[in-house]
Amino acid sequence: MLELKNLSFKVDNEDGSGALHIIEGLDLTIDDGKFVVITGPNGGGKSTLAKLIMGIEQPTGGQILYNGRDITNMSITERANLGIGYAFQQPPRFKGLTVRSLLSLAAGKDLPEDECCTYLTKVGLCSMDYLNREVDNSLSGGEVKRIEIATLMARNLNLAIYDEPEAGIDLWSFTMLVDTFKTLAKNETNSVIIISHQERIMQLADEIIVLANGKVQTQGPKDEVFPKLLSEFGSFSRECNLRGEAK
Amino acid sequence: MDIKDFKFDLSLTPTDKMMLAEIADMVDTPDGAFNIRKNGEGVVRTSTENIEIRQKLDKPGIDIIIKPFTVAEKVHIPVIITESGVQETVYNDFFIGEGANVEIVAGCGIHNCGDGESKHDGIHTFHIGKNASVKYVEKHYGAGDGNGKRIMNPTTVVEMDEGSYCEMDMVQIKGVDSTYRKTEANLAKDAKIYVLERLMTHGKQEAKTDMVVNLNGEGSSAQIISRTVGKDDSVQVFYPNAVGNNACHAHVQCDSIIMDNAKISSIPAISANHPDAQVIHEAAIGKINSDQLVKLETFGMTEEEAEEIIIQGFLK
Ligand SMILES: Nc1ncnc2c1ncn2[C@@H]1O[C@H](COP(=O)(O)OP(=O)(O)OP(=O)(O)O)[C@@H](O)[C@H]1O
Ligand SMILES: [Mg+2]
Repeated sequence: MLELKNLSFKVDNEDGSGALHIIEGLDLTIDDGKFVVITGPNGGGKSTLAKLIMGIEQPTGGQILYNGRDITNMSITERANLGIGYAFQQPPRFKGLTVRSLLSLAAGKDLPEDECCTYLTKVGLCSMDYLNREVDNSLSGGEVKRIEIATLMARNLNLAIYDEPEAGIDLWSFTMLVDTFKTLAKNETNSVIIISHQERIMQLADEIIVLANGKVQTQGPKDEVFPKLLSEFGSFSRECNLRGEAK
Repeated sequence: MDIKDFKFDLSLTPTDKMMLAEIADMVDTPDGAFNIRKNGEGVVRTSTENIEIRQKLDKPGIDIIIKPFTVAEKVHIPVIITESGVQETVYNDFFIGEGANVEIVAGCGIHNCGDGESKHDGIHTFHIGKNASVKYVEKHYGAGDGNGKRIMNPTTVVEMDEGSYCEMDMVQIKGVDSTYRKTEANLAKDAKIYVLERLMTHGKQEAKTDMVVNLNGEGSSAQIISRTVGKDDSVQVFYPNAVGNNACHAHVQCDSIIMDNAKISSIPAISANHPDAQVIHEAAIGKINSDQLVKLETFGMTEEEAEEIIIQGFLK
C-alpha cells in the first residue's frame, strides 16, 4: 500500500518572487493490487508526483509511506529495491548499450534471448530486429518509449508507474499495449499507476484520479469518475485525447 | 580469459601473459606473423609466406612487409615492459602492398613495480598501397604498484595511396600516467580513413593528442571519432586538425565525459583549401547525463554502479 500524506513540492520562482507550488498538500492512498489511472491537464503535476514517489524529486513537505514504512528520505536505489519502478515520460537514450543489455540491467540479471523477446513482444516490437540495437539516437521516439515500457515489464515490480505510455505510439502497438496492461490490471497483488490521457487505458482502471494544479481534483472508482469526465469534456465515443482539450 | 601456454618457450611470466592478453588479445601463439618485444628486446619473431617481419639494422624496431594482394591475414606486434626504468624509442614501418587486406594488432603494456620511469615511444609509419585495406588495433595498458611512472608517446604516420582504406582503433583505458599521441595521415585520391580513439584517464594522468589529417586527393574522406572520460584530477587536451586540400569529406567528432576535478580541452581546427572540401567538426564535453543515471538507479543500481555502466557503454 502506498500512502501520500500532505505531500508538497514547491520550487522557488526564478525571479525570486516567492514559491511555485507544484504539488500542494496532497493526500492519496493506493491499495495493493490496484490499477490506477492518473489524468489531468498538462502541467497539473502528474509527472512530478511520479518522481516524488520514485525518489527522483524530494518533497518539500509531507510523507510517503510504502507498506507502512516511511520512505520519504530513501534514495531512488533503495526504493527500486523495494520493488518500485517508473517508466519515464521522456526516456533517456544510452550510447553503447544494446536493448538486450538494458533489459538485462532492468531485470538485474543476464536475460536469455527468449525472455527479452517476450518483453519486447508485449510492447509490440519485433524482438529479433531490436535485441542487438543500441538504445541511441538511431531509434525512433516511439521505439525508445516502448523499450522503456519493456524495461519495467522485465522487472518484477510491486508498484509500477508508467508515465504516458501511449505517447508517440502508433495505433497497432497501442492495441498491443492495451492488451498488455489488461493483463497487468488482473494482477491482484501488484499495483500499477498509469499516467494517461487515453480513454482505452482509463477503461482498464479500478480507480481514476484527476490531478490539477498539484491537487487531487477527483478520485474514485472508474465507473464514477469516468462518466463525469465524459460529461465535462463531451463525447468520448471516438478515441479521444484529453490532452488537447483540458485547459 | 583463459591464457593457454604459448607454444613457444618465450620464458613468459604470468604477468607477461596477462599483459599480452590485455593489449593484443593474445592468449596463445597467434596465427600469422608476429613479433613480441619485451623490455627493449625482441623475444620472438615469426614471418609467414606473405608477411615478412625484419629487424631494423640502423635503429630499434622492425619493418613489416606485406606482399601485394595478401588477403585476410593478421599481424601481432605487442610490446611489453615489465622492468622498472626501461626507456625506449622504437621505429616500426609497415609496407602494405597493393590490394592487400590485413589486420594489425599492436599494443603496449607497462607493468611497473619499481621507482624508475618506464617509457615506450613507438613511432609507427604506415605505407598503405593502392586499394589496400588495413585495420589497425592498438591498446595501451599500464599496471603495477610502483611509484615509477608509465609513459607512452605514440607517433603514427599514415601514408595512404589511391583507393586505400585504413581503420584505426586506439584504446587507452587504464594505468598510463602520461601520453602524448601524435597522428598524421595523408590521403591520396579516394583514400578513406576511419579513426576511433577511446581514452579514459584517472588519478593525476595526463593525455595529449595531436592529430592532423590531410585530405590531399579528390574523393578522399576521413571520419575521426574521439570518445574520452576524464576522472579524478586527470587532464586531457585534444588538437584534432582536418585539412581539406581537394574535393573531400571529413568529419571530426569529439565527445567527452568529465567527472570529479578532471580538466578536458578540445581545440579543433578545420581548414578547407578547395571549394569542394567539406570539413565538419563537432565537439561536446559534459557531465554524465543525469537522466541516464537516474534511469539506471531506478533499476536498483547505486550511483557508482550506474556511472560505471554508462562509461563502459560510452567507451565501447
Ligand atoms: N523543478 C522544477 N522547477 C520548476 N518548475 C517545475 C519543476 N518541475 C516541474 N515544474 C512545473 O510544474 C508543473 C507540473 O509539471 P509536471 O511535469 O508534473 O506536469 P504533468 O502533469 O506531468 O504535465 P504533462 O501532462 O504535460 O506531462 C509544470 O508547470 C512544470 O513546468
Ligand atoms: Mg508529465
